[in-house]
Amino acid sequence: MQRHIDQELADLKSQILRMGALVEEQIQGSIKALVDRDVDLASRIIERDALVNSMDVDIDENCMRLLALQAPAARDLRFVTTAMKISTELERMSDLAENICERVIELNEEPQLKPYIDIPRMANWTMQMVRESLDAFVRSNAVLARKVCADDDFVDNLTHQLFRELLSFMIENPGTITRAIRLTFIGKYLERIADHATNVAELVVYMVEGKIVRHTTPPVLSDNET
Amino acid sequence: MTYVDTKPALKAEAQKLSFYYGGTVQALKSISLGLPDRHATALIGPSGCGKTTYLRCLNRMHDLYPGNRYEGVVLLYPDEVNIVDHAIDPIEIRLRVGMVFQKPNPFPTSIYENVAYGLRIRGAVPRSELDGAVEQALRDAALWPEVKDRLRDLAFNLSGGQQQRLCIARALATGPEMLLFDEPTSALDPTATARIEELVTELKQRITIVIVTHNMQQAARVSDYTAFMYEGELVECDRTEKIFTNPSNKLTEEYVTGRFG
Repeated sequence: MQRHIDQELADLKSQILRMGALVEEQIQGSIKALVDRDVDLASRIIERDALVNSMDVDIDENCMRLLALQAPAARDLRFVTTAMKISTELERMSDLAENICERVIELNEEPQLKPYIDIPRMANWTMQMVRESLDAFVRSNAVLARKVCADDDFVDNLTHQLFRELLSFMIENPGTITRAIRLTFIGKYLERIADHATNVAELVVYMVEGKIVRHTTPPVLSDNET
Repeated sequence: MTYVDTKPALKAEAQKLSFYYGGTVQALKSISLGLPDRHATALIGPSGCGKTTYLRCLNRMHDLYPGNRYEGVVLLYPDEVNIVDHAIDPIEIRLRVGMVFQKPNPFPTSIYENVAYGLRIRGAVPRSELDGAVEQALRDAALWPEVKDRLRDLAFNLSGGQQQRLCIARALATGPEMLLFDEPTSALDPTATARIEELVTELKQRITIVIVTHNMQQAARVSDYTAFMYEGELVECDRTEKIFTNPSNKLTEEYVTGRFG
């Protein structure tokens, strides 16, 4: 039986997807702005964060409306509450992309400290996590979601590696401290984005299986552990 | 979500209960379902699934028609009386297990007499105690303030919601251990519905409640446990929040999300 709510849920799903695509662009653009030392691009991304914010509000309102009018239950209920939370996670990711751009603008006031190798690598991993977590949401794929949760460790390790490298710059030459700290921040922002992608993935596991795997240490990675 | 599954004590329990209308049509197929003491259990399921049939077994309502047949037992705790045993007087059962129907059905008499009726047939309530008992039942049904000055009025002069609360007061007067509600609000407006739901929530602190409802949100709001029935069988019974957020059975999931039924 085709229900009216099915169309509403499909619309909500595409709303999340459009927001996800925009947030991916924001993250990708912020790293491009860093590597290309492109202040214009960085400024545009900062401006575009307002669009992400308004999408977050729209999704929230849509979810509230669905909860009030359709009173969804079981899997539909888990879908709507998950969509609502994913929207918040995506909005935070976009804020962090904005923060990266702010540091990029500051960094461009001085010569480049070093060639950027680890940061783009981290960014690629992070973006893949974001993409896969949304993919897992769209396909209700808990296996993929659990993989995203596991990938977070790799990004955490790269963050530590980046920090150690930048620390050695600062120790050798205090003149590099301002720039090195700004780059450390960027590493931290990427690491936080990956954390938000992990949150999305954990929400997807709940949506699909009805199991809460958030705040479990170590994260519950297989079905038979709960 | 974690559910603390400390098994509550049961007030009644069907064990392999089957029921046949007119001796041939099987309406219940070996139902085993416990009803937790001083909790509300909602029975949900599509029309014809057997939920009302099950409810009516609990106070021998089916005895009114010849040829109906029970198999299995329904134990009423703590004394483990088998409710569906024909050797047990249905009047005894109905004093302990009250029932409220879909449409308010007050007797064609005064408000006072409606409530006093059960006490009178039970006997042994002195006239001096009758007034107090009627008042208490009307208070318990949250109707007293509205009728205290018109107890001799005809019950039919009350509004639909008031009549339904009068029926609840009538059922409460005999001090039942369990109260059965068969879609008690389907004929009422939203305000009257909300009052009945409030009442159920209050009553379940001291009386076991079983409620049949087609309104899923009502089941979710008032019950602690929900049993989903389909085609005469019990599909799943669990804590209400589990049934409405993450049911174990695929069929239950499809029903509560409105995919069928």
